[in-house]
Formats: sequence, structure tokens, C-alpha cells
Amino acid sequence: MSVTDTNATERVESELPAAQDPSVSPVVDHSPVTLHSPVPRVTRHAPAPSTDGQVDRAPRGVKLAKISKTGDRVFRALASTTGLVIVLIVLFVGIFLLALALPSLQANQDDFFTSRNWTVAGNELRFGIFGLLWTTVLSSVLAMAIAVPIAVGVALCLTQYLHKRASGPVSFIVDLLAAVPSIIFGLWGLSVLGPFLAPAAQWLIDKIGWIPLFGKGVDPKGSVFVASVVLAIMILPIVTAISRDVFAQTPRDQLEAALALGATRWEVIRTAVLPFGRSGVISASMLGLGRALGETIAVMIILTTPAAGSRFTPSIFAGGETFASKIANNAAEFDSPSKTGAYIAAGLVLFVVTFAVNAMARVIAERGGAKS
Amino acid sequence: MSATTTDAQLSLRRPSGIRTVKNALATVYVTIATVLAVIPLFWVLYTVITKGVRLILTSTWWLQSQRGITPRREGGGAYHAIVGTVEMALICAAIAVPLGIMGAIFLIEYAKGTKVARGVSFMVDILSGVPSIVAALFIYALFITILGLGRSAVAVSLSLVLLMLPVVLRSTEEMLKLVPQELREASYALGVSKWKTIVRVVIPTAFSGIMTGVMLGLARVMGETAPLLILVSYAVGINFSPTSDTMGALPTMINTGRDQATQLPGYERVWAAALTLIIIVMLLNLLARAIAHASKLKEK
Repeated sequence: MSVTDTNATERVESELPAAQDPSVSPVVDHSPVTLHSPVPRVTRHAPAPSTDGQVDRAPRGVKLAKISKTGDRVFRALASTTGLVIVLIVLFVGIFLLALALPSLQANQDDFFTSRNWTVAGNELRFGIFGLLWTTVLSSVLAMAIAVPIAVGVALCLTQYLHKRASGPVSFIVDLLAAVPSIIFGLWGLSVLGPFLAPAAQWLIDKIGWIPLFGKGVDPKGSVFVASVVLAIMILPIVTAISRDVFAQTPRDQLEAALALGATRWEVIRTAVLPFGRSGVISASMLGLGRALGETIAVMIILTTPAAGSRFTPSIFAGGETFASKIANNAAEFDSPSKTGAYIAAGLVLFVVTFAVNAMARVIAERGGAKS
Repeated sequence: MSATTTDAQLSLRRPSGIRTVKNALATVYVTIATVLAVIPLFWVLYTVITKGVRLILTSTWWLQSQRGITPRREGGGAYHAIVGTVEMALICAAIAVPLGIMGAIFLIEYAKGTKVARGVSFMVDILSGVPSIVAALFIYALFITILGLGRSAVAVSLSLVLLMLPVVLRSTEEMLKLVPQELREASYALGVSKWKTIVRVVIPTAFSGIMTGVMLGLARVMGETAPLLILVSYAVGINFSPTSDTMGALPTMINTGRDQATQLPGYERVWAAALTLIIIVMLLNLLARAIAHASKLKEK
């Protein structure tokens, strides 16, 4: 439709055509008001100064431009397409990964979920994700277990304890932590934090090493434990930020009601703030978990890759490989489709897991009262 | 408190012992948590600055590449890597920023409150949770396996789009929500069409928020390593062509050099590259904050 189309309508549209003398309306064209729907329809307006038959001329100072719907249509189409593109991107990620992983999965001689082998060179494919899944979940859950209590503490401190002037800078520092690139966390974790934590790790191994989870591993520096602490630092800002926003929304009257009953500050938190923010904190933890599951380079740098065929150690002080670190470590080997397919299969599992975790986070956040 | 306590009068001044103790413990706990949360940033910054500051204060660091420099040799710079990082981030931004803004406009101006908007918004949440390695694998599958194109810096940029898009979109969306409805209505009342209202009134009003999102998005994608490992080879020389299969970048510069013995000059360059990356990313973050702070639209 062109700009000069007859459907183009004047802007100031009267909706009282029958009741009013047409001459007092500045509008000549009494076409239906369905045109140009985004415009708020003027249902009542003061009669324009009478123009005595010169209705085709606008009053002084008011220019009645013809409005085309073309621009609106194009723009709306663009915006809608973008929405569609976003949905398609997410769907395509799943579809393409599945399409490329399927041939390798079908050629796989081992059980994909229970095998710990990873033989993808040559003709016979033998690979399974059990070891990867274990290390990924173990490191992420441990990271969450470390980060969430601290993040909740910080969020409480920021919203319930500190004065606004003090909480600003602390918030700022914690938020900036999210800006540090993960490769730098990895570098720092391996060369600084790993050696720093080594005595603590050794102490734990000595004391409770009989529990398989805390058994002796390969390398105290490149262990899941160190990776988890680094992951915890990396997800701390996001969990803190969301918890802080949710706690800050605790209804004022609930806080004051608790205070009026003589509650201590901790009792206010326990009876008003925490119940209100619970779903927000759970949702934030899930988001943090999702981040930790997919974190690549920091984990890859820190974790010691066990030799192929070594015995499975469930300990947090053992090395290992996560989905992401396995793929990134072997990125140079993507030469044959079957080999690549095996790594893409691992990536697909990671995608499905993070999808599920993030979807859960969203559902929990929506069910809960507070919006982050 | 039971009524049988020795003093029958109700004390209004202080809670009983156990409650005071619990309260004090809680205070101690949140204090410790806050101190613990503040430490890592300074610790990381301290490590990176002390190990890398000597090199980045030299002019060669900013002007030369690593061509012909072995780990055992002093010298060379990070120019090639800075060029690569900035170039890939800019190509990514050129795609992600329009998409992000249009997506936000769709969610707020056109589909607000509809089921479609909820669906798209859900997908944006999922997209923001997609690990960078999965984004890289997706572009690998699409570009290299299916379309048969080679590895290139453009492929990296495309996978970074998946990571930057949700950041820009969410930031723009938040800002569009804050634009007063009266502004739109005033514009409509003057006879301005909807799309022109969005382009001329809504977007300029929300501009600061959009810029904040762009800066934060740029900062995020510049620090990403996983797509670089999978989709492009690291080049030690200066290369401006985004379609060639090798390009330097700060994260891969760090990753390539990190295995060296700690006493070699090459190892110091790893930390200098880390410091350079942190400076760029932090500057973008601070800029984003400054823009958000100066903005006239504020929450609440």
C-alpha cells in the first residue's frame, strides 16, 4: 500500500459522527475508525472552530498529515520476525545438534549414558558420557552449595543490614565480579587459588578420606574441588543480584508488622524476608546452576584430565572432564563427521540439561510472588 | 518467654538471651558472607595486575604482534589479539544489537501481555542460559558441517550473537517498560504513527538503557573463549580480515600461552594479556554503569 492510498485517513477522528454536526468536526473523511488502530481514538473532543464550508482546510497551526499504514506494517513485520528468529534460534540449536549427533550415536558401540569410554578415532565408535555427567553435575552442585548460602547472606546484608550508602559500593563490587572473563578465573584458579586451597583439601582427605566423595584424588591443584570453588565465585554475582532484588521487594508492612511484634532483625528476616524471597532464591540458584553446568574454559584450565582408561574416582579431589571442557579440549580434533558427532552428542546433552535447569528456574520464578 | 520467669514484669527493652544470640549469629554470618564475597574480585585483580602490569606499560605491547616471538623471547605485543577481539565483538554487535532492540520492541510495543510474548520471552531466558560452548557447537554444525564453510572469525561472531542478543534484549526491554505511556500517547495524539513514535520518541527516551545493554553485551562476548577455540585458529600475526580462518584474540592468546614454564618471558605475556582483557572489559562495564547512572529514566 502506498502513501497516497485512499485508505489513508486523517488523524483527528471523531467517533460521534451521527450525534454531531459534521461541520464542527475538522474531519472530512468519515471513513470507519478501524483504520490505523494503534492511535488512541478520540472519543470526545471539543468541537473545532467552525470553518464554514472550508472543511478541507485545517485550522491554523494544525497540520493534518496523511498517515500511511505501510511504515507501521513493515515495522511490525520486522519486530515480529525478530521474535520468530529468537524462537527459531533456540529450536535450531536443538535440531542441528541432534541431527549431527544422531549418526554417531547410532554407530556407537557402547551405551551412551553408562559408558566411560571415549574412543572416537577410527572406525569403531565407543563413547559414553557417564564420567562427563558425573564431573559436570558434581562440580556444579558443589559450586551451588558453596555459592548460594554466601549469596543469600550477602543479599540479606545488602537489603536488611547495610545503609543504602554502604550497600551501593558492596553491590557494585559483587556485580563487577561477573565482569571478570572466565578464562582469567581459570588462570587465577589454577595458579593462585589451587595452591592456596591445597592444604585444606589435604586436611579433608586425611580426616574424612574414607568417604568415597572425599577420597584421595590425582592432583590437589587440578581437582573438582578447586574448579567448584572457582565456579562458586563465578555464579555468586548472579545469585546475589537476583536474591537482593527479591529481598528488596519484601512488603514494607510485613517487615514493620514483624518489628512491631518485637522481632529481632534475624526474626524479621526469618518470618518475613526469607519466606517472601524463597522462590526467588531457588530460581536464582537454578540460574547459577545452569551457568556452572555450561562453564567451559575456567573448568578446562583447572581440571586435570585423567589418563584414558583410568579407574573411576567419584571424589571431589579427583580430576576429570565436564561436557564443556571435554568439547573445548578436543576442539582441534573435529575432522571427521563421526568424531565431531560424538562431541556434538555431548554438547546436545549439555544443552538439554541447561535448557531444563533454566526452564525450571523460570517456572519457579513465575510461580513465586516476587519478580526479579 | 514463659510467664513463670522470676521478674513478672514484661521487659520491653531486650529480647531474651537465646534470641539475642541468634540475632548476633545472623549478623556475624551475613558479615562474613559479605566479606567473603568481596575478596575474590580484589584477589583476582591483585594477581593479574602484579603479574601483568610491567608489560602493558610498554608501548610495544599496544603496537606489536607476536609474530616471530617464541615463548623464550622477550618482546612483542598484543596488538593482533586486541584487533581480533574488538573486530569480532563489533561484527557480533552489528548483528545482535538490531536484533535485540527489535526483539524488545516486539515484546513491549507489539505483543505485550500476549501468549506469543510469553513464549518469546521464555526463549530469551533459555537463550541467555545457553552455554557458550553449545552456541559454538551450533554455529559449527550450521556453518562448517552443513553449509560447508570453513572456520572463520565471522563464525565466531555469529556464535557470540547468541550470547549477546539476550543481554541487549533484556536491557532494552527493561528500559522500554520504563518509558512513560504518556509520551507515547502524546505522540499518537499529535498524529504520529506507531512506528515513528517508537523510532523517534520511545527509542531516544530509552537510549541510555540500550547503550548500557550494548556495553554489557560487548563486555560479555569479549571475554568468551569457547567459541574461539572451536571456530577459529589463533594467529600470532596481525590480521584484519574477518573471513580468514585465523585471527588473534586476547582469550586465545592467554589460552595458547598458559602452559609455558612460569619463568619464561612468554608466561608473563599471558598475564599481561589477561590484564589487557580485564581492563577492556572493566572499562566497558564502568561505562555501562556511568551511562545507566546518568540516565533520566530510573526504576521506581
